[in-house]
Amino acid sequence: MRLAEAWRVAVTALRANRLRSLLTMLGVVIGVAAVVVLVAIGSGAKQEVEEQVNGLGANLVIVVPGRLDFGAAPTKSRLELSDATRIERATGQQVAVSLSSGETVRFGGREAFATVNGTNPAVPEVFVRPLARGEYLRESDVDTRRRVAVVGSGLVEQLFDGADPLGRTISVGGVRFRVIGVFESVGGSFGGNRDNEVHVPVTAAQRLFGDNRVDAFALKAPTTDTIDEVSDQALAVLADRYPDEEFSAVTQDQILGTIGRILGLLTTVLAAIAAISLLVGGVGVSNIMLVSVRERTREIGLRKAVGARQRDITLQFLLEAVLLTTLGGVIGIALGVGGSLGLSAAIDQLPAVITWWSPALAFGVSAAVGIFFGVVPARRAGRLDPVAALRTE
Amino acid sequence: MSPAPALEAVDVTRSYDLEGVRVDALRGVSLTVARGDYAAVVGPSGSGKSTLMHLLGGLDRPTTGVLRVGGRDIASLSEDELAQVRNATIGFVFQSFQLLGRTSAVDNVAMPLVYRGVRRSERRRRAIEALQRVGMGHRLDHRPAQLSGGEQQRVAIARALVGDPQVLLADEPTGNLDTSTGAEVMALLEELNRDHGVAVVLVTHDLEVAARARRQIRVRDGLLEPDASCSEEQPTRRAAGRKR
Ligand SMILES: Nc1ncnc2c1ncn2[C@@H]1O[C@H](COP(=O)(O)OP(=O)(O)OP(=O)(O)O)[C@@H](O)[C@H]1O
Ligand SMILES: [Mg+2]
Repeated sequence: MRLAEAWRVAVTALRANRLRSLLTMLGVVIGVAAVVVLVAIGSGAKQEVEEQVNGLGANLVIVVPGRLDFGAAPTKSRLELSDATRIERATGQQVAVSLSSGETVRFGGREAFATVNGTNPAVPEVFVRPLARGEYLRESDVDTRRRVAVVGSGLVEQLFDGADPLGRTISVGGVRFRVIGVFESVGGSFGGNRDNEVHVPVTAAQRLFGDNRVDAFALKAPTTDTIDEVSDQALAVLADRYPDEEFSAVTQDQILGTIGRILGLLTTVLAAIAAISLLVGGVGVSNIMLVSVRERTREIGLRKAVGARQRDITLQFLLEAVLLTTLGGVIGIALGVGGSLGLSAAIDQLPAVITWWSPALAFGVSAAVGIFFGVVPARRAGRLDPVAALRTE
Repeated sequence: MSPAPALEAVDVTRSYDLEGVRVDALRGVSLTVARGDYAAVVGPSGSGKSTLMHLLGGLDRPTTGVLRVGGRDIASLSEDELAQVRNATIGFVFQSFQLLGRTSAVDNVAMPLVYRGVRRSERRRRAIEALQRVGMGHRLDHRPAQLSGGEQQRVAIARALVGDPQVLLADEPTGNLDTSTGAEVMALLEELNRDHGVAVVLVTHDLEVAARARRQIRVRDGLLEPDASCSEEQPTRRAAGRKR
């Protein structure tokens, strides 16, 4: 009952000073909206990366030279094509190879920049890489260094302008390749667009790039439980062959873990910066509450004179402060959710995901801000001496 | 009738500290207000009348001396307990009305009941009843600014009455009113005292008003003067045992 009355009084007080209440809320509104937007974009980025990494295939093991540490210098690869065969023999799994580089691709008068990937027929077995048309590279293409190419849908759009690419000859880094297949679109914006890839036989790529190594191997473990076993077997083969070198086997979980940590840290730092606005907003609330207590000193004196206890008055003003900040929080959440959806709709590269916890957390934080910054003015109000309060003008 | 008087002050003083200078507003006052009493407090400006009323109403605590409300020494009560005693036993009518400007008459009157935990519908019912008693039943939803001075004072009296107090303390209830409106308010207070047994203590500068009270309490310079009309009033300590 007293709570209901305190609620009524608080609502009335905020209504009586509509503009002032709104301006006071602004800091909280902006802070909450900014936090919600940043968390949404951070979560969106994380989800996108997860979709892409998981979209590559299941139970993947990527073998690369060197140690995968932050700050470790990129290592010049010493891997050879024949190592793939050795790993295949040791693990019993097909091994996809990769040697990639950026090249200009031309057809007719058009040109596009593409990631040229020298691979082998194991790619469709290891990765999820469906073809829209034509077929993938064959073993004989690799053996004979045939200049054939499978191109991504993005490149087809850029180069062929609706014409049928199959059987056409494109120029890759100045060398002519015949198109034998087209990938289905897989999209993706992080770490390069996979629709802008050209796959050619690894042997052809070696000649094109003037390189006799390969960058990396990829295998697919038969089950999730055997990922570690397959990794160890692959690494054992390489340790045997290159005793002085280091190699790493990376799983999708490790990639996701690393990227997730980076994105999480980034999101946290940005959200924390945005939260400063919340703090500033809280100070504004504190300030306005002090003004409100001063303005209503006589009312406080009167309420105490007729029997209000200290905590009745304190509760009334605390409720007013919390109402102010949670209202600001709700407006901020609405703006933040609307803003992030609008942003991701407007900008392709900016996926946004509203997680259930971020609005809930924002609401909780704004209520906490109200309590934290309202408690000093509210307690001051509660402690006022009734006679002195009634005397004020 | 319980043996304890409604209010009792024993050798009460109240000093203020004004930037290091001590101001003695009351310098030793003993006084008893019996149940159903009707007393007028008179004295020159600055003599300590309002200070005395605040003490009697439990709004303030004496610097020294004992103050009892319904037999209970208020020194033994916490702030919150004292607030509840005020709520339950005292009705205060302030010289300047002290109504909340944004609040309707009926809500102004109902306010003390909030702090007694009375339900909203019941609060409203009792507030309307109190307003009807002071002849303001037709002005329930008016704001104070929409009422005349006399009407505002009636609303203030209704608020003092709504909790059925044993004592009504009124600090210059007619000070802001013209003669005829003042007379109406006085008639109202007299009726409450006569018909409902509410003890009334009022401060007034109007000698006619004071003369209509059962007794006069004269304050001068923070002390009580012997009462001409009720000589047994001094010293008050003896008055504790007197009838009525
Ligand atoms: N809060 C205070 N701080 C300092 N001095 C005070 C305070 N309240 C009252 N006084 C002093 O105490 C004395 C008595 O004041 P009080 O208000 O009781 O007088 P009063 O008899 O009610 O006068 P009036 O008839 O003008 O209302 C005055 O000298 C006043 O200045
Ligand atoms: Mg006075």
